[in-house]
Amino acid sequence: MKPITYARATDAANATAETGKDPQSRYLAGGTNILDLMKYSVENPDRLIDVSRLPMSDLSMLSNGGVLLGGMMKNSDTAAHAIIRERYPVLSEAILAGATGQIRNMASNGGNLLQRTRCHYFYDIAFKECNKRNPGSGCAALNGINRAHAVLGASEKCIATHPSDMCIALAALDAVVVTSRPNGETRRIPFTEFHLLPGNTPQIETVLERGELITGIELPPASAVPFAAKSHYLKVRDRASYAFALVSVASALQIENGVIKSARLVLGGVAHKPWRSKEAEVALVGKPANTATYKAAAEIALKGAKTYKHNAFKVPLAKQTIIRALEETASMKEVAA
Amino acid sequence: MQNGEIRYSLQPIALVIAETLEAATYAATLVKPTYFKTGSPVASIHASNAKLVEPTRPHNGELKPVLRGDAKAAFASAPVKITETYTHAMNHHNAMEMPATIAVWEADDHLTLYDTVQGVSTAQGTVAAILGLPAEKVRIVNKYLGGGFGSKGAIWAASILTALASKAVGRPLKVAVSREQYFASNGLRDEQKQIISLGATKEGKLLSIVHEKQSATSVTDDYAEANGNILNMLYACPAFETKYRVVRANIITPTFMRAPGEMPGCFAIECALDDLAYKLKIDPLEIRRINHADTDPSNGKPFSSKSLLQCYTRGAELIGWKDRPKTNRATRDGNWLVGWGISTASYPVHSNQGNARARYFLDGTLGVSSAATDLGTGTYTICTQTASETFGVPMDKVKFELGDSSLPTTAISGGSMAAGSTTAAVHAACVALMTKIKKYVVADEKSPLHGANTDDVVLKDEILSLKNDPSKSEKYSEMLQRNKQTNIEANGEGKYGASKEHSMHSFGVHYCKVKVDEALGIVRVEKWVGVHAVGRVLNEKTARSQMIGSTAMGIGNALSEQTEIDLRYARYVNANLGEYHVAVNADTPSDIVIEFIPEEDPHVGGVGAKGMGELGIVGVSAAIANAIFHATGRRLRDLPFSPDKVMA
Ligand SMILES: Cc1cc2nc3c(=O)[nH]c(=O)nc-3n(C[C@H](O)[C@H](O)[C@H](O)COP(=O)(O)OP(=O)(O)OC[C@H]3O[C@@H](n4cnc5c(N)ncnc54)[C@H](O)[C@@H]3O)c2cc1C
Repeated sequence: MKPITYARATDAANATAETGKDPQSRYLAGGTNILDLMKYSVENPDRLIDVSRLPMSDLSMLSNGGVLLGGMMKNSDTAAHAIIRERYPVLSEAILAGATGQIRNMASNGGNLLQRTRCHYFYDIAFKECNKRNPGSGCAALNGINRAHAVLGASEKCIATHPSDMCIALAALDAVVVTSRPNGETRRIPFTEFHLLPGNTPQIETVLERGELITGIELPPASAVPFAAKSHYLKVRDRASYAFALVSVASALQIENGVIKSARLVLGGVAHKPWRSKEAEVALVGKPANTATYKAAAEIALKGAKTYKHNAFKVPLAKQTIIRALEETASMKEVAA
Repeated sequence: MQNGEIRYSLQPIALVIAETLEAATYAATLVKPTYFKTGSPVASIHASNAKLVEPTRPHNGELKPVLRGDAKAAFASAPVKITETYTHAMNHHNAMEMPATIAVWEADDHLTLYDTVQGVSTAQGTVAAILGLPAEKVRIVNKYLGGGFGSKGAIWAASILTALASKAVGRPLKVAVSREQYFASNGLRDEQKQIISLGATKEGKLLSIVHEKQSATSVTDDYAEANGNILNMLYACPAFETKYRVVRANIITPTFMRAPGEMPGCFAIECALDDLAYKLKIDPLEIRRINHADTDPSNGKPFSSKSLLQCYTRGAELIGWKDRPKTNRATRDGNWLVGWGISTASYPVHSNQGNARARYFLDGTLGVSSAATDLGTGTYTICTQTASETFGVPMDKVKFELGDSSLPTTAISGGSMAAGSTTAAVHAACVALMTKIKKYVVADEKSPLHGANTDDVVLKDEILSLKNDPSKSEKYSEMLQRNKQTNIEANGEGKYGASKEHSMHSFGVHYCKVKVDEALGIVRVEKWVGVHAVGRVLNEKTARSQMIGSTAMGIGNALSEQTEIDLRYARYVNANLGEYHVAVNADTPSDIVIEFIPEEDPHVGGVGAKGMGELGIVGVSAAIANAIFHATGRRLRDLPFSPDKVMA
């Protein structure tokens, strides 16, 4: 293998300073994605800075009543935490719907946000065309096997999807990504602004700058997200476990006297980023919590969908999954916070 | 590597040797070949440039068209007709263990290969022939195999390359195939399409089966699974026709994969028969009984044993078949539609003669050996049991050795013949050894048993004595020591599956209960019942495990397994276990009931065991398809039944 150097970060400031300067370095957290990418020669760093032991692996309460998830906290620990299960059930469900127990035990919250697409044309360097890997080379998926690919917000440059389940839930919870920048500043990025659509630069996937370290993820207090207690994740995949989403839905509803007061609806498996449909949310609010309402919202959420040779099924599947997810969300019992 | 032609994607074009796996893997990425495109690849039977031809190049020898009666005429005049097309995605074996080889040249003309093969004896012959060595100068060793499913049945390029490269560098050499490479190193199950026509009476009796199979094969060989074999014998039908056509595609040559031919062939006929049952409003179980074959219709021979009707009845009790609603879409459970399905299963006994050696030692150890393999299926266990039982010593006194081609030759672990043929050989060797010891002792002038009739001699608890006069006895060890021997040895050759007068098959039935969420395209298998008749069950536990394992593998075939190919490059796009979806635990019901109908087969030979390693996967996808049809009223004919196809 190509020789690499390895260093264990001792604090965030040193880690960001060093990584910010060296374009050939990468952070290593759980390693479940970066090491695979290196084995496939998709990413070829010279240096790995191991951040997994930085003291950011816990959940802590914020003074406003919200929650801070450590950037190095394991996905498994996050999903199993009583506060997450009770107040933000969609997050726990989404994490548990992803990967396998073994992978979730390794995977960190920060790493999860930055896992890269599973598009096989991105992963297999034998395919010359991939604008993500090799900007300007084209997109092999456009006319290739594109059953798993995007139907919303894609561009002719890239039709890859964002693979994370956890992120779909975080987008529904108005989460905020907290980072430490190489210049020492702290940045707070609203979750839905964190990931980018492909446009003409599919190689740029997030707003992070080189060396910027994810130190935590904030979840707002219940008062700011009154829909969170009734929130749910529904994932459709090719087998019952250990498969990426064909389509997934994170949904949240605040219902009073049978009427929807506030809502969140985010789709996974359909776009280059967690696909929050604010239009569909608007269509839900003020309406009776029933299937007719959900159907109307589903139509709105998929408006403008563009399909390719093998993925046309995703449009009806996404609509049906939205309706089901909302039905199931509405029938959830709220766990008092 | 023999010439510059590249026939398929992932074909080996160079071997890089290094001190470590990491260095070799990296160095391989530095090899920069130059390619010239000579045309567009053909990668699939569904490709627009696919051309169907009759198989004429080397193949598995079973692809001749079969004509029994005038099936086309019988179909034309049949009162009830069904014609349907069934398709089957390319599948890969994906055993847990990767193929790997270690080559050691003991001398210039003497090779030992430690290799992941399903049969060390057959591998010895192949390697010797390819390298031009006498067989006795090639030794193949494999003590444990981490699964094969047919992918390790033949010798593939990596083994030979390892041997040649090891010779070139003058050192022992190890080559391990990666998971991605495994998709193009050890064959695959052909992508295929079957067109099947059933002609029947209004009462549901079959009059004609007309079948054609089209499949993708390689550009060098015409291998295709022989689906027609099972179609020809499964049901009493007076007229049958099958023919094969292949597309020579830019893929590695396909090979046997668990129940090659029987598994996809059964999928087609069991679905078609189900359609016929619904069309005629006959219970799907009943139509199978109506068409039960009392003798083998393909050759007119009686079956050596067949307990299929008992399997049907017992399985129906276990699944509660009589309570199943007659019509489609009749059972709902929340968002789920519930359905029950059935399929018959059958797999032939392949005649194969094996050899074993047995040695009884001074210390009372019975050493038994045979060049069998254990794929994790329990060959060690059942051979130890057979030796213990035949020779009358406790199991812990038996030392069974396998996995080395220098041991007595026996069958490959494939075609469900290892258990039957190896236990037959072990049995024969133990019987021969017992006879030899008895002859030895009565011939020994110094023995108290001298001159006795061998039939009167008993060997028990390491003591030789006379049946009618136990006072006449001596320790086996004393007799050996007196004669300055450490052991007595005998060889045995099994006679397995060799009957010419009988048709020999294992039979069984699958019943399942599935639930289908049509909105989300999800199928969940809720319950499985498998009732089988396999002659003598050598070990209830290993037998059950085989059946559970083949059910799980069949569920993968039915619902999710599919090798996806980019037709532009004839390149696989999911050559990894993350995206080639074998069934995982969550896809497999916790409620799996496996039973065996007690059966004695006096004709099959050996200890009376028919094969069962493959039987269990035959019909699994059909039972699921039939249950989905019962649940939803929609007939799915295109494997696998992934959410996009199930969704309504
Ligand atoms: C076979 C398989 C199946 C999977 N299935 C699913 C699935 O179904 N659903 C799902 O959601 N996920 C799935 N995953 C993906 C898994 O969730 C991610 O690999 C994991 O979350 C990544 O976390 P990590 O800590 O291991 O990241 P790493 O691999 O260590 O890092 C990933 C990237 O993030 C960067 N990085 C890591 N930490 C930080 C930080 N704190 N700040 C800035 N940059 C950082 C690294 O430099 C690297 O570029 C699967 C993975 C595998 C291997």
